[in-house]
Amino acid sequence: MSGGGMGREGMGGDGLGGATRAEYCVVACAEAWRGAGEILASPMGLVPSLGARLARRTFAPDLLLTDGEALLVGPDGTVEGWLPYRQHLALVTGGRRHVMMGASQIDRYGNQNISCVGDWARPRRQLLGVRGAPVNTLNNATSYWVPRHSRRVFVEQVDMVCGVGYDRAAAHPATARFHRLPRVVSDLGVFDFATPDRSMRLASLHPGVTVEQVEEATGFALAVPEEVPYTREPSADELRLIREVLDPENARAREVQG
Amino acid sequence: MSDKAMTAEEAVARLESGMTLGIGGWGSRRKPMALVRALLRTEITDLTVVSYGGPDVGMLAAAGRIRKLVAAFATLDSIPLEPHFRAARERGAFELMEVDEAMFMWGLHAAANRLPFLPVRAGIGSDVMRVNPSLRTVTSPYADGETFVAMPALRMDAAFVHVNRADRLGNGQYLGPDPYFDDLFCEAADAAYVSCERIVDTAELTKEAPPQSLLIKRQVVTGVVEAPNGAHFTSCAPDYGRDEPFQKRYAGTAWPEFAERFLTGDEHAYQEAVRAWREEEA
Repeated sequence: MSGGGMGREGMGGDGLGGATRAEYCVVACAEAWRGAGEILASPMGLVPSLGARLARRTFAPDLLLTDGEALLVGPDGTVEGWLPYRQHLALVTGGRRHVMMGASQIDRYGNQNISCVGDWARPRRQLLGVRGAPVNTLNNATSYWVPRHSRRVFVEQVDMVCGVGYDRAAAHPATARFHRLPRVVSDLGVFDFATPDRSMRLASLHPGVTVEQVEEATGFALAVPEEVPYTREPSADELRLIREVLDPENARAREVQG
Repeated sequence: MSDKAMTAEEAVARLESGMTLGIGGWGSRRKPMALVRALLRTEITDLTVVSYGGPDVGMLAAAGRIRKLVAAFATLDSIPLEPHFRAARERGAFELMEVDEAMFMWGLHAAANRLPFLPVRAGIGSDVMRVNPSLRTVTSPYADGETFVAMPALRMDAAFVHVNRADRLGNGQYLGPDPYFDDLFCEAADAAYVSCERIVDTAELTKEAPPQSLLIKRQVVTGVVEAPNGAHFTSCAPDYGRDEPFQKRYAGTAWPEFAERFLTGDEHAYQEAVRAWREEEA
């Protein structure tokens, strides 16, 4: 399909009610860790967190997850390990990790910015700082989560490259040999870099979203295949886990509307 | 063996304007806030501050004491953006060496090991190289030929850290889940001042806690300051968590007003002012 607005909002759920946009986002984030094996999932933010925990409870049971601080905890909260910051940084370098970070800006090659907006020397808007984005992107799989897809986030050029994109990685082939950006998930769809020049491609639309809507909200020309699939439906079991076990307070609806 | 117990005032009296000062903890976690408050009561300024930044950076920046900051971020954790750091950056108040979290750690390791640099993969390809034109790279002499950032040693004139317990000799103990990088800060500095919740006898340190909780060794410590609630309003697990309502107040108040109400007196006055504020809010 190429963008007809044939929403399928009413189809998911097997009697649990159709999946919401936030629930498609949770499932799309969870899919980032499919087949990841016995590695650390480092989700930043609520929806990626729900996604990682959903993945572990369903198709990726070997994933390790922290309590957000220094402890590795099982699905029921049982402490199974210790991971203070200094060991976490060693684990990053060792590569047995897939992080999903936020992005204040991201460009067509996956260069990401969380540091500041405007001229770095005197920013118009100071944000977090580079944090661990440089070490993450050069050492382990790094995906991104953008809760509000817009031209302010998906930009032609980021103001400060914190997370390294494919064009920059290509300039340092030996040092960037572990560089990999599996996916970008937004409230509109899922994106990857499966193109000849490693520029961003629309991989799937969340049901109810059109290609035109995505293009309108993206500040650069996106690669759009002839046929764009929809993000897969959550299973009844996944919806039950999200709604009853992982996020009974429905905090996800505050991060993603619709 | 020497008794290194001193007051926070005595510790900060050993500092001078223009020094490079490392500050331990992480974000809004186990920051040596009593020592930072003591520093704010002096005229010391023009500092190069090295920190995994939290309200320590925010307060020193708001008070105009920072000439240069070395950091990967500044955050209040539950409030993602440190408001005073942010405002200071947006008015161009200080010079910044912005590096990645891992580069920062290896800079501490290099200094602690008396090495001029350590090779780090992080940073290559990112704008960390653009905004720090003095950073150099180093190429592996082995067959791989890989190129790394030569992260320079973050050597410091002085370091401040806060731990749960210490003895008078300078043996420092953490009892929470994460040591952060406090031992490295002490080893990377010419003088280290360790504040603690409670000074105890050496034998007390291992009565209920395992020896691996003994994070800081006395040979790298210059002074020990007993400062109960000395990490307030940051967290100091397991002694206390972060004072979230007070942190929110800090973040939401104009600096002159906050400083006027909470920082004009000594540490006792600060703790009393916080207590009075809490009663008002109750």
